[in-house]
Amino acid sequence: MTSYRLGAPADGSGNGLNRAHPLTFTFDGRSYKGFEGDTLASALLANDQMLMGRSFKYHRPRGPVTAGSSEPNALMTIGTGARGEPNVRATVAELYEGLTAVSQNRWPSLSTDFGAVNGLFGPLLGAGFYYKTFMWPAMFWEKIYEPLIRKAAGLGKLAMQADPDRYEKAWAHCDLLVIGSGPAGLMAALAAGRAGARVIIADEGFQLGGSLLSESVSVGGVSAADFARSTVEELTSLANVTLMPRTTIFGWYDDMVFGAVERVQKHVGTPSPDLPMERLWRIAAKRAILASGAEERPLVFGGNDKPGVMTASAMRTYLNRYSVSAGTKVAVFTNGGSGYRTAADLSASGVTVSAIIDARAQSSDVVPEGVRVIRSGAVVDTKGRLRLDGLIAERSGFQEQIECDALAMAGGWSPVVHLMCQRGAKPVWSDDAQAFMAPDVGAAFIAAGSAAGCDTIAACLKDGAEKGAALCLALGFSSYAANIPEVEGDYDPAFAPLWYVPGAKDKAFVDFQNDVHVSDLGIAQREGFGHIEHTKRYTTAGMATDQGKLGNVNTIGIVAGMRGVSPAEIGTTTFRPFYTPVSFGALAGTSRGEHAAPVRTSPLHDWAKKNGATFVEAGLWHRSAWFAREGEKGWRDSVDREVLNVRHNAGLCDVSTLGKIEIFGTGAAEFLNRVYSNAFLKLPVGKARYGLMLREDGMIFDDGTTSRLAENHYVMTTTTAYAGEVMAHLEFASQTFWPELDVRFVSATDQWAQMSLAGPKARAIMSRVVEDDISDAAFPYLAAKTVTLRGGLKARLFRISFSGELAYELAVPAGYGEAVADAIMEAGRDEGICAYGVEALNVLRVEKGFITHSEIDGRTTADDLGYGKMMGMNKPDFIGKRLSSRFGLTAADRAQLVGLKPIEADKEFKAGAHLLKEGASPSMASDQGWVSSVCHSPTLGHMIGLAMLKSGRERYGEKILVWDGLRGSEVVAEVCSPVFVDPDNRKLQG
Amino acid sequence: MASLITCPHCGTRPKEEFSIRGAALRRPDPAASDEVWQAYVYVRDNPKGRYQEYWHHAAGCRRWLVVERDNFSHEVFGVVDAGGAAETKSQARAGE
Repeated sequence: MTSYRLGAPADGSGNGLNRAHPLTFTFDGRSYKGFEGDTLASALLANDQMLMGRSFKYHRPRGPVTAGSSEPNALMTIGTGARGEPNVRATVAELYEGLTAVSQNRWPSLSTDFGAVNGLFGPLLGAGFYYKTFMWPAMFWEKIYEPLIRKAAGLGKLAMQADPDRYEKAWAHCDLLVIGSGPAGLMAALAAGRAGARVIIADEGFQLGGSLLSESVSVGGVSAADFARSTVEELTSLANVTLMPRTTIFGWYDDMVFGAVERVQKHVGTPSPDLPMERLWRIAAKRAILASGAEERPLVFGGNDKPGVMTASAMRTYLNRYSVSAGTKVAVFTNGGSGYRTAADLSASGVTVSAIIDARAQSSDVVPEGVRVIRSGAVVDTKGRLRLDGLIAERSGFQEQIECDALAMAGGWSPVVHLMCQRGAKPVWSDDAQAFMAPDVGAAFIAAGSAAGCDTIAACLKDGAEKGAALCLALGFSSYAANIPEVEGDYDPAFAPLWYVPGAKDKAFVDFQNDVHVSDLGIAQREGFGHIEHTKRYTTAGMATDQGKLGNVNTIGIVAGMRGVSPAEIGTTTFRPFYTPVSFGALAGTSRGEHAAPVRTSPLHDWAKKNGATFVEAGLWHRSAWFAREGEKGWRDSVDREVLNVRHNAGLCDVSTLGKIEIFGTGAAEFLNRVYSNAFLKLPVGKARYGLMLREDGMIFDDGTTSRLAENHYVMTTTTAYAGEVMAHLEFASQTFWPELDVRFVSATDQWAQMSLAGPKARAIMSRVVEDDISDAAFPYLAAKTVTLRGGLKARLFRISFSGELAYELAVPAGYGEAVADAIMEAGRDEGICAYGVEALNVLRVEKGFITHSEIDGRTTADDLGYGKMMGMNKPDFIGKRLSSRFGLTAADRAQLVGLKPIEADKEFKAGAHLLKEGASPSMASDQGWVSSVCHSPTLGHMIGLAMLKSGRERYGEKILVWDGLRGSEVVAEVCSPVFVDPDNRKLQG
Repeated sequence: MASLITCPHCGTRPKEEFSIRGAALRRPDPAASDEVWQAYVYVRDNPKGRYQEYWHHAAGCRRWLVVERDNFSHEVFGVVDAGGAAETKSQARAGE
């Protein structure tokens, strides 16, 4: 037996535990017992299981080195099946009934790990190993090295199953956010809470109290833990204070917004489906106090990674909070008061302390009775394999073996200033404190307690109370005079710097998880990677899952020593969120699977569905793509049939996804005249007009029709994709260019079901549905009016066409869409009406040479696409007018819209192919243009395409090579007019 | 980028409600020179420090705002309605 659980003390210490509530858990298949209040690590130590993991590179046996969130060694996979989570730090994992933990990075077992053979190759695996070894031959990288490295890399394994739990996000607001619930945090929260401020106090731990739970002092006449408990009780009773245990503040963002993750059910064996597993918070705080405490630094000596070697404060935490002794015979290696305090606590609990090895020549720390002190001493090596079994201490060249099965190391303290440094401020080196201190980031966010460099618990209590009160005063709350409790039995944690113990036989580790040792840092300096950011990347120090929380300051101190400069000159690497790892589940929240993006369905979705539609995603929309019928072998069969039916009979298509914007105001006509490139001022009431909007640089922005329904009322349609952009564009132009024009906009896309009825029989069918006279004389091409449907429903009817056929678009209030579509289908049954989808819609428009955003691709002008004459260049102004006349936009060799048809009718080509003169070799210089849209035209019986070709309109009849380098095809095509069907528009009229 | 933007119409809102268009430049007169128009459409100062940008309160009041902020420190100095700002800057266009 080495580490073990102490009996329940009479005075109630070991007070984090609820011994009345034992828990059963398993580790690597073996069953163990612990108590409520244990962490997984403390429960394993209580069961004499010090070995908890294997290091990343050398697979060295490792035990916990901390009792908190900076833990680099004791990483495990907790949970089974889809809930299995790798790389959980056992030192913060709250024990629960039935917890299942499995060790990682070892095979076949934790105690027998073949990967440890890497340790024998240590000299080959030093810093820069990857960069030097995997350089050549070049082809080996992709084929051999990378797959091998990928296989070996990474700690733990993902479950590779969908996460069964749900996550959520929330906002919180407060006057004061207190980060950390140790002595400073509790007092700050209390001062602010009593003053009436809205306070949130968050702590990553599952019990509030921080170091008060771990130290054997009395505060206000009771044990520190009892003081913490009673303070938490008072805070809980205050309605204006919110306590958030199990909540890590991981990031500090602009405007005092903090990111936090609350582990709602990570400590529950059977999570409730009514609660999220984790909750991601954004906390907007007026003021914040960083009371995150200080991290005890390990000492860097040979073999400092043996299981059983841990920081002195961690050992005190296991002892005082969890009633666990890390060993039966414990040695202490210290450069300050913390080591003596651990020795005293152990000694008082009846644990043998075999020696205190103090690096300093003298100190005023109290030595526990009967404990030997080796002053000016150092630990130079450790014994044992899977567990510490003795050490070699050295003083003035004299070495002796000290018997021990655990070693506490106390290397001094580093304030935890991470959050304050996430927005660019760098921590400031203090020669006095021998530590990097919090930077001044303004009055809204200040550090308190040991995060601010306070040394004793008494100082932390006072600092927290005063700063909490001061911030509240600044916010206008009445001053509250904090009564600061008396502390008895405090100790002085002062220390003398000791960065590195020379003379090590074994490796002296700086970064435990990534196996970075002192000689790696030396290699980095020698090989030109001396800058601390370079040293980090070259050695991987600070790049593991713990992000160097434990090792970085030692790295900096040692590099400073190697270079003979102050750590101030070396500086730190860059601090970034997240403070500790945050699960993707929490970051995604509810945005996963089908909820990753909203689904937009048209009001005619159900109509399309019952007519057999296959849907296609277009942005957020699910649009009906084609309507398969029995006997059709693939989508092409359906699309060909739909196209021919529209050309010969009639078809009904859902066009509800088009953007619809209602425009009102006495300035609407003038406004439209300025946002469209063509004339709109004189559009008569009852008429629709096709319009092209340009960007200010002269390129086409979007197209659509706008109809004048009344003197000062228009309805604009936009393309489906640009509905939002056009709305924002109109608002921008109205609000910033021409605020004097009286015009208002309402997006009405979702308010209307809109359907296109196209084909030679469209009028016959529509007249059965509409009461109004829609003869060509009464309702000619481009008419746009409110009509009454049989049955009385008011609807909007537009005689516009995107197919080249006689066509109407009928818009009805969304809720009536399905019924009206049903009525039209019924009315058209004898005429052979069919439903058609966006695939057929596309074929119909390509056959007719109509453009979409395949042609309006941000590089094309109105003239490029054949609309040059339409532009109202005599208008005083419109968006895009000024730059449209630039030389480059009017040059004769610009690419212009043309049609393409293959010389051999059975040949196919695809959009994206480039155009070359016959015989030219493919190059940028010989590029003649590109294919923008293609389709198989059932009307013509072969492939057709739209393309942008240099000076294309002069080149009808020319043979051109359609070169598709990506798909490896070459087809000769004839350049022709982009209008393949009914070039005289006979079908539209009449 | 700031986390919170105080819309003059809606109050303090998370930045996710807004979209950013870029430099808050005044649209030149149609008759202005090529150089002026080229500068307006293509040339940006990209200063480090204070910068005025058009922000759209897309998920709020749908008003266009001028946000003046420091693009290094992310400090926001002021948010005003762009309509008001434009009114004071733009020339009257009556008669067009």
